[in-house]
Amino acid sequence: MPPRNLQAALEALLFSSDQPLALSLLCESLDAPAEAVLQALRGLEADYAAREAGVQLRDIAGGYLLVTAPEHAEWVGRLLRGKKKMRLSRAALEAMAIIAYKQPVTKSEVEAIRGVDSSAVLGTLLERNLVTIRGRSKVVGRPLLYGTTQEFLDYFGLRDLSELPRPEELRALVAAREPEQLEMLEVMAEVASDLPAGDSPHEVELLPSGEAGAADRAEELDHA
Amino acid sequence: MIDPESGPPIGRPDLESPAREAPAPGAAPPSVATAEAVPSRRAAGLAPGSPPVLVKLERFEGPLDLLLHLIKRDEIDIYDIPIAHITQQYLAYLELMRSLDLEVAGEFLVMAATLMRIKAKMLLPLPGVGDEEEEGDPREELVQRLVEYRQFKEAASTLQLREEERRRLYERGLLPGEDEAGPLPLAPATLFDLLDALSRVMARVPETTVYDVRGEVYDLEEKMSLIARTVAEDGAVQFATLLMRCHARAEMIVTFIALLELVKLGQVSVVQAEHFGDISIVARAPEERETDASAEPPGGA
Repeated sequence: MPPRNLQAALEALLFSSDQPLALSLLCESLDAPAEAVLQALRGLEADYAAREAGVQLRDIAGGYLLVTAPEHAEWVGRLLRGKKKMRLSRAALEAMAIIAYKQPVTKSEVEAIRGVDSSAVLGTLLERNLVTIRGRSKVVGRPLLYGTTQEFLDYFGLRDLSELPRPEELRALVAAREPEQLEMLEVMAEVASDLPAGDSPHEVELLPSGEAGAADRAEELDHA
Repeated sequence: MIDPESGPPIGRPDLESPAREAPAPGAAPPSVATAEAVPSRRAAGLAPGSPPVLVKLERFEGPLDLLLHLIKRDEIDIYDIPIAHITQQYLAYLELMRSLDLEVAGEFLVMAATLMRIKAKMLLPLPGVGDEEEEGDPREELVQRLVEYRQFKEAASTLQLREEERRRLYERGLLPGEDEAGPLPLAPATLFDLLDALSRVMARVPETTVYDVRGEVYDLEEKMSLIARTVAEDGAVQFATLLMRCHARAEMIVTFIALLELVKLGQVSVVQAEHFGDISIVARAPEERETDASAEPPGGA
């Protein structure tokens, strides 16, 4: 039997959780079909928006999460007094981007693109659980392969990997940053059409903990 | 490295050189010596006794980062890099880094070698027409790397924006609970730690023989509620402090038993930051306490 007031029950569930709740989990807990839960989610979102509530409903990392509204970030930040995690360094963000687009990817591939040793930043990303070991490549030396985690999606507020800008969108962004090179866009599209499209030489040997699905999405991204 | 936009005007080693210098065949290539001379001339221009020059340094992640910076600054077409010019600028930067006593990482030197190799290849007369087609543009590989890296830098920037946006949204549970609030990770203290602490405090108190024949002076329940109140008000109380407030050994012992009762009832926790360190009595985390609210302390010891 679904709850009498589905939207209120849904709100209760979301309130109780500090991490995104998947639709399937919500349906199961509320004993309600997906359409009904989705409708209740939309209703809740609309209610919060209508009364300019202090919280918002967000669709993050494959689930639904109640968060404080961004316009109140200052006050919540004061309450927390800087107890939030450190921002990622520029170097870590670069390595993060390469892993997100090229996963599963080895450390030496990351380093080849960045042109610098990346052991330390990779260590940081692993420690913060933004990156995980996906398995081993079958190339010589069987190097470890890295990929992104759920925490990665959560940390960057992404619904899933498909929310990352596509390679061609990135190229447009690069061009927009450097207007004098706008005319080069066509040439770029030709010359760089394989970037960062998948040229992954890896036959992947998945570890038991590997997150299925994310890798497929990366593949889709690559071939898009 | 120097930030040409906001930094003071020192360290623009490219000031004299034309921005888009194409390597013309037959023309004398700018030598490495020329490139190195630029920053040292600049250094010589700083008269002794002149005020110290503040240089805003931008940390380049690596040689590709530096090359992209030079390409952007000089508005160079990345697909047609004037290799002699860029090599000169690149080496000048390395020289500047050295003159500022900055460590130049090995990767920067490898790239310097790569640039000079490409430059040499472009200057060498091509052996034959057939080879030319096979060889291709010696810059191509470098261009590919730069384009790819630039794209990932852009991806990193979009991630950074998302990071910033996400940081403005707070989910529940970010406020540290009472257990995490302490400056040190606290290990639970055992009964033996408590007994050790008791004997240490007892030893500190000079044995004064006080014959106090008042009966039932120290009430266990009263002590229990005193400890509970102190903990509730102050958040935590040092075990030693608690005992030092006692006037007699008998009172200490009653206090100690009261503490044990409270621990047993789950109303307080005893924690210890390090072995043989002071033991603190803290309130239980709220979720652990909720069932204890109704528990009645038993009368008597």
